[in-house]
Formats: sequence, structure tokens, C-alpha cells
Amino acid sequence: MAARLAVSRWRAAPAAAGKGPLLSCRRWSGAKADTVYDVVVSGGGLVGAAMACALGYDIHFCDKKILLLEAGPKKVWEKLPETYSNRVSSISPGSATLLSSFGAWDHICNMRYRTFRRMQVWDACSEALIMFDKDNLDDMGYIVENDVIMCALTKQLEAVSDRVTVLYRSKALSYTWPYPFTMADSSPWVHITLGDGSTLQTKLLIGADGHNSGVRQAAGIQNVSWSYDQSAVVATLHLSEATENNVAWQRFLPSGPIALLPLSDTLSSLVWSTSHDHAAELVSMDEEKFVDTINSAFWSDANHTDFIDSASTMLQYAVGFLKPTKVSARQMPPSVAGVDAKSRVLFPLGLGHAAEYVRPRLALIGDAAHRVHPLAGQGVNMGFGDVSSLVHHLSAAAFNGKDLGSMSHLAGYETDRQRHNTAFLAATDLLKRLYSTSATPLVLLRTWGLQATNAVPPLKEQIMAFASK
Amino acid sequence: MWRGRKLNSGNRFLGVLRSRCWGTQAEGARLTSSAENQFSWTPQSKPWVFSDYRIMWFKSYKMTFACLNRMRIYRYPWPRLYGTSQSTVDSSEIKTFLALAHRWWDEQGVYAALHSMNDLRVPFIRDNLLKTVAQHQPGKPLSGIKILDVGCGGGLLTEPLGRLGASVIGIDPVAENIKIAQHHKSFDPVLDKRIEYRACSLEEIVEETAETFDAVVASEVVEHVIDLETFIQCCCQVLKPGGSLFITTINKTQLSYALGIAFSEQIAGIVPKGTHTWEKFVSPEKLESILESNGLSVQTVAGMVYNPFSGYWHWSEITSLNYAAHAVKSTEQEHPVPEFVFKGEREELRHKDSTNPGVQEELKK
Repeated sequence: MAARLAVSRWRAAPAAAGKGPLLSCRRWSGAKADTVYDVVVSGGGLVGAAMACALGYDIHFCDKKILLLEAGPKKVWEKLPETYSNRVSSISPGSATLLSSFGAWDHICNMRYRTFRRMQVWDACSEALIMFDKDNLDDMGYIVENDVIMCALTKQLEAVSDRVTVLYRSKALSYTWPYPFTMADSSPWVHITLGDGSTLQTKLLIGADGHNSGVRQAAGIQNVSWSYDQSAVVATLHLSEATENNVAWQRFLPSGPIALLPLSDTLSSLVWSTSHDHAAELVSMDEEKFVDTINSAFWSDANHTDFIDSASTMLQYAVGFLKPTKVSARQMPPSVAGVDAKSRVLFPLGLGHAAEYVRPRLALIGDAAHRVHPLAGQGVNMGFGDVSSLVHHLSAAAFNGKDLGSMSHLAGYETDRQRHNTAFLAATDLLKRLYSTSATPLVLLRTWGLQATNAVPPLKEQIMAFASK
Repeated sequence: MWRGRKLNSGNRFLGVLRSRCWGTQAEGARLTSSAENQFSWTPQSKPWVFSDYRIMWFKSYKMTFACLNRMRIYRYPWPRLYGTSQSTVDSSEIKTFLALAHRWWDEQGVYAALHSMNDLRVPFIRDNLLKTVAQHQPGKPLSGIKILDVGCGGGLLTEPLGRLGASVIGIDPVAENIKIAQHHKSFDPVLDKRIEYRACSLEEIVEETAETFDAVVASEVVEHVIDLETFIQCCCQVLKPGGSLFITTINKTQLSYALGIAFSEQIAGIVPKGTHTWEKFVSPEKLESILESNGLSVQTVAGMVYNPFSGYWHWSEITSLNYAAHAVKSTEQEHPVPEFVFKGEREELRHKDSTNPGVQEELKK
């Protein structure tokens, strides 16, 4: 415990983080000449740009200065490319509401997105399946390419450029944190030094710089993380025939889940999480073989065992007996005919969760705070949920004239989001581990569990409601 | 992982007791660079280390009531003291006040409850002022409004009002407080322009600032004033006709003695011992009658309750502890301005609206 105390001091333990300058505040003689921003968002990805946008359009931030720092170049499109990008995200209705609150959703609608209304999730080792279906024909979610979202956000940022300044190609090199309260000549703001040597000061720093967050490391916030022994392979697939394509498919193979997300009537996006070796093999094999592998992954029943099959049939009869309503027969996903050249990419997967989301004058959002397995398609939605919550708290604080970096409202944001995110992360990790095995007892457990959940509509509705926030 | 604000504040006042008993060696290293830090304990500036303060919370909780007699009581000042005319500033209170002037801006320190009270007082002031304005600029709802913060202390209430766009003048008789407040706002270029601090008493500026303010705020001040009647008169004078006066203070009841003094000061240490004198507390009825007799019509009286465990204040129907009052100066001069307030002759009178000639003649005497 004493060791933890020593390590956990965010201010007075320079030894703890070799990576960031956790120094006591140096005197900044030139400090007063720097611009003091109200909010600096470090990291211009999907979540960081959404944060900057949301603040820029917030009514109580009218006269505040906001800065977005992005290390990469500005991505400009003259017109929408014809080929679909291979990185797509499943956007929940809650995230869509956030995006439309500052007008980005309209741009997305003018570009392209795909609505899906049903989701089928089933096991490779048994007949068990769960079908999420919105009876009232509401949209369950939207599949949008990441580039399209980014383009929409960039357009909205440009429209509010009098309040939000965006610095592209600028990487923050170091951060200096203030003392908790004003002492002597120390500046109470966070100082950021950029790659080109310039410095700026801010009242609140929001870290949105991804799962290897530099902000989080500089602050010395502990991060619970481990890497899954899996990589995800993404690709854009051509279906063998045009269909209505408004269903999202996911099958849990023992090596990892494979998912098919609709992009258009003839195209779908693949996300296949599997072992590192298999992933490398998939990316390098030739197209025909790749297509065959995908089809057999979805269609083949090679992993079924008689025991499990009879056990699941037994439960199915019992459920049918007790509740003789509709029986959801297993439906088959569309078969795949081809894959876009050069669209196969892989990236490693892991889990991460920051022990603290906030410190005085610092807040973490998006992947900097939490990193999740893509099996539930919620990574970016959790990030947008963070944005929503933080903007709500900051807006109320600004309307009360509060110091934006004050812990009183930042702690409220943290409590809000940690409750939601921790539950989600734990559930996702549990599912991943549960479905990574073909050991009979666990297969039996999950088969029966899945069938039981499928038979209880209120439970399914709860799950859908939680995921679509 | 979860470290809500709730645990911070609750732990703060319990942790204060624990630290007083033991003197925290582990935390003694911090804040040694503080020039005026003569004490060996540090405020709960690390409430986010969950494991750390969880231990402290348990220990302090056990120690709380066992260590009553052994507690070293520090004399920390509580709100700004205030005095009007004939040197009402208490020199003994000034001394204790000076000792921890630099603690003003520690949100988890001795002034935590005052910082937290901003969640109630700022919306109270803001919303009541916005009622008088036809349209307001989003982002700067109080822009164009001139406010006087009497007894501003370290500027805890002055700064939020400044951030909302108002031009604020903060006054306090203790020069050290003004110095701290000045220093704190100097880092923020926007606030620097909107806020002005002066080390003086209200009486000293009544003459030059008559009828120039849209609002006067006297928060946690009237319970320290010796002559309340004179104080209210001065407030009234510096207000424009139709201007608002906002007061927050403590009621004079048995409950306020039990909770406000016996519990807060002597047992729990939320408020430093000796800060308040029960005899000086003002009941809302008495305050209302003084306000009405000075031409200020009382619009609202609302009770406030502090929860020391969560650290938050709440509006309440109960006015027997703390309460907030909003009064508006009438737009007509119904009674002559009392002569004894004006020492010597007044040559200039800044009237925004024309008053009746009778009053003007009287004043020129």
C-alpha cells in the first residue's frame, strides 16, 4: 500500500513516470505572453474532433477559446471516393443524436451510411443464437465509414472556426501540471509544449489521443491494460448477389468472432478477430482462398458436437413448451463473392482502462480512457458517450461561471462514465473469454445462456437499450 | 476507482480532524514551499488517491469523536469580515484571517464549503439578474451589468460573476485578501479586465460610487457586521434605483447555534473555531424589516442547507440555518436619504434617473 501511495502521487513523484515531466511547477517567465485557452483537446480523431465540435457549438461556450491539436494532416475530400473505406464503425442511435446536435449527422446523411435493423449473433459450436430485432422498425444502428465521420466533423469544425482553432501537424511534446491552488508565482494553468517549440496554456486539457495516450502517461495515471492474443482483420467484401442487407451478422468461432456489417446492397464490411498468426495468414492469402475461408467460417458446422446439439435442442423444446411464441430459426448471412483489393488490413486488439478519468484541469475521453474489444461494436460509441457527458457537465459549469478545470464537475463526469464503461468493459471481456474456448462445459453454459437470453424479450431489450445509449 | 466528490468533502473535514491529531508525516513533504505554511498538515489535496484516503477516512472516522479533547484547534478565518463606518473591523479577527489568506483558493481546504456554495449563490444571482434584462448574450449572460461584491475575501464569488460577463468591483477591508484575489485573477486575461479589487470598506466608497451599481452582493458578510442598519443603508446608496441586493447569511436560531456553531466549529471543524458569534446572526425577519425600512423590497428569501458528507449545498424550505435573500431598490425615492451618512458635503451626485427636486435641494445643504 505504501508503494502504491508513492507511485500514485500525481504531482510529487517524478520517479514514477519516466515518460512525462511530472515536475513541480517551474516558473514560467514568458508564461503571461502565451495565449490562455479555455479548453485544449489533444488528439483530433473521431472522439477528439467530436468533443471540439460539441464545445464549439455549445451555447455557453460562445466566448470561450477552444483549441484542437491533431498530429496528422488535415484530411480533405473534394468528393466522396467511390470505393468504400475498410475502417467502419457501428454508430448507435445515442451517438447519432450527439452527432446531429452539432450538425455533423446531416453531412453524413449527405454522404453515405447504412442503417441496420436486426442483428444475429450465433455460436460456431452449437445451434444457439440470439436475434436482436427492433419490432417497431426503429433503426438499431448505423454503419458508417470512419473517414466519412471524420470528414463530417472537419466540415463542422470549419464552420465554427471563430471559436475552435484546429492545429494540424502539431504534436504536443510535454505537459506541465499546476499545483492544486495558487501559490507564489506558479501559473494555475496547464502548459503544453508543441513539437515546433511553441507553448500554450489552458484551463482544461482533454486527452483524446488514443489508447497509447501521451496525456495519460504524462499525468501518471495508471492504466489497467492487457493485450488480447488477437488481431482484427478488416476488409470490404462484395456479396454474391444484391440483397436488402440491413442485418448485422456475428458468429463466435473458437478462434474469435467474425462479423459482417452491411455497407450497401452489394457490399459488406468484415471484422474478423482471430489469433495473430491466423490474421497474418488471412491478410496475405490470395483472394479466392480468402473468400472461401470467410464463407466457411459463417456456414460451416464443423465445430458442432452431438452432445451440445442435443443439449441445446432439449432446451429449445423446453422453451418452446413454456413459451410457444415465435421461434427464431437460424438465418444464414449472405455469401461472399469477392473482396476489394488492398482492403485487407490487420491491427492488434487489447483491453485498457484508466484508473482515473480526471485530474484537476485534465479529463480523458475515448480510447485514452478505455479500450475495448470490437466484438460488441461499441468502442467509438463509448467515446461519444464520454463526449456527451463531458459536454453536459462543462456546459453547466460554464453557465455557472465556474473554473472549467475544477474537480467538482470533472468528478461528476468521471462517476457518470466510469459506472457505464466499467460495466461494459467487464461484460465484453467476459464474453470474449467465454467464447474463446471449445471446452464442453463452457460451451454448454454459453449455449444454454444464449438460448435463455434469446427467449426473454425484456432482457434483450435491456441489452439493446444499454448498448444504444 | 470511483472517487466521487462526495468522498472528497466528507473526508476533508474528517481528515482535518485526523491530521490535527496525528500530524501527517506522509504528507508533510508537500507544500513545504508555501511561504506562509506554518502548519504541519496539508489539506486533502489528493482526494483522488482512493486507497490512500479510504484508509484515512476509516481512521478519521474512528478518531473523530474520540479525539475531541486532544484536537489542536487552529484559528482559521471563515468568511470575509466586514465592517462599516466607525472602525468595525475587528483586529483580532484580522490576525487569524491573515494567517490563512493563501488558503482561499484551495477547493478542498478550509474554504471548501464556500467554494461549494457557489453552486447555489451564482445561479441565484445570475437568474435574478437575468429577469431584469430583456435579452442576454449567450456565453456572457451578465455582460453590461455592474456588480459590487462587498467583503469579497479571496474573490471566490467575484470570479464566477466576472466569468459570466459582469463588470465586478470586489472590496474587502483586509488588504491581504485583496492581494490574494488580485494575484489569482491576474493569470486570466479575461477576468483581469472585468474585475477590479480594492482594499477598502463600503463606507469609504459610498460617496464616489453612489447609484452606480446594478447589483450589490454581500455574501456571508452581514453576520460579521457591527451596525447592520448602516451597512444596509450604504448598500442601498450605491445601488441604482431598481438595482438588486443579494445577501446570504446565517439565521439566529437555536438550530443555527447547535449546528452552525456547536457542531460546525467545535465538533466537526467545518468552520474554524471562533469565527462566528451567535449574537451577530441575523434572522430573516429582522433583515427583511431593515431592508424594507431602507427602501429595498424583498423579493425572495430561500433557505440553504449544507451536507458536510457530500460537500454540497441544497436549497431548502428551512431558513433556520443559512439563507439567501434578494431585495430590489425601489425606483422612486420615497424617503429622504439619511443625512448622517454623508460626512461633509456632497458636491457630486451621480443620478441615473432624475429624482424629485426636493431631495436634491436637501442634499445640497
